[in-house]
Amino acid sequence: MKNSVTCAPQSWHFEYVLRLGDNALILGQRISEWCGHSPFVEEDVAMANTALDHIGRARMLLTHAGNLQGNKQTEDDLAYSRNEREFKNFLLCELPIGDFAYTIVRQVLLDTYHFHLYAALQKSSDDTLAAIAAKVVKESTYHLRHSSEWLIRLGDGTEESQRRAQLALDNQWRFTSEFFLADEVDDVAHQAGVGVDVSLLEKLWRDNVNDILSAACLLRPEDAPLRASGRMGLHTEHMGFLLAEMQSVQRAYPGLDW
Amino acid sequence: MNKHLPLWEVFLRSRRGLEHKHVGSLHAADPEQAMQYARDVYTRRMEGCSIWVVLANDIHASQEAEGEAFFDPAEDKVYRHASFYDVPDDLKL
Repeated sequence: MKNSVTCAPQSWHFEYVLRLGDNALILGQRISEWCGHSPFVEEDVAMANTALDHIGRARMLLTHAGNLQGNKQTEDDLAYSRNEREFKNFLLCELPIGDFAYTIVRQVLLDTYHFHLYAALQKSSDDTLAAIAAKVVKESTYHLRHSSEWLIRLGDGTEESQRRAQLALDNQWRFTSEFFLADEVDDVAHQAGVGVDVSLLEKLWRDNVNDILSAACLLRPEDAPLRASGRMGLHTEHMGFLLAEMQSVQRAYPGLDW
Repeated sequence: MNKHLPLWEVFLRSRRGLEHKHVGSLHAADPEQAMQYARDVYTRRMEGCSIWVVLANDIHASQEAEGEAFFDPAEDKVYRHASFYDVPDDLKL
């Protein structure tokens, strides 16, 4: 299935990098909600570190996107002044944090995706993107280690932790098909050597996730109908609330700097 | 059941060639988790390039009450320091 996204010349490049930046920004914003609320203090620091890693990569990617667009918009313009329909992140990134098992499941699904994505992007013909990927892949290696060990601990833990982890997985699985739905932007970016081969990425992701799920004694859910409208700017009901909080200061005091 | 996860002591080596130094402690379920939390809690500002974690229960410590017997006898043995001895002038070092 192909989405119909029509691209003006070169706008695919901006769009490709913007999507990466939006995934990082929205996921980072979500993870940061654990700050002060994690199960214990060591995990609180670990979660906050992970959130900051994502915000950090969002800054690099959105700055790069702005440059590709001829410096029309800064990283702050892109993060704080766009409306909901203009954000192109995966729906999975914007879903509420849920309980700890829910967050860990999401992290495993996305950390695995990011690990293989950025490993491949290190060879991008876009030098800036390749340099960002070389930095990001190290972070994602660590994130995946943290989240996958937690998922194994939960899935292979108590009856209650197993139940919650499986429930979270069953709820989130249908959102993962969006990762591998290549549209015109992906195709053009891949042909230009800027982007990755989505079908290869999907194979690497599935193999890796299958291994983690079997180590965690969790059942891989059946593939379900697509929930894949994030890149078209069509979001879940949760996105508006997330943006309202994230953008509140810039909305109240436009252009504020400190 | 203990309310907390086991306690671990964390040692960091700040640079290659230097020794590991005790920097603090944390709670974690197992060695892998202790290692990750040590990384997250103690090396966020580039404090180290190598981490050791040790179960606090596995460390045997000298006791305060034994201090006199353990350490006081060394007080009057200045000849145990190399600097106590005069080096002969004609000794080629």
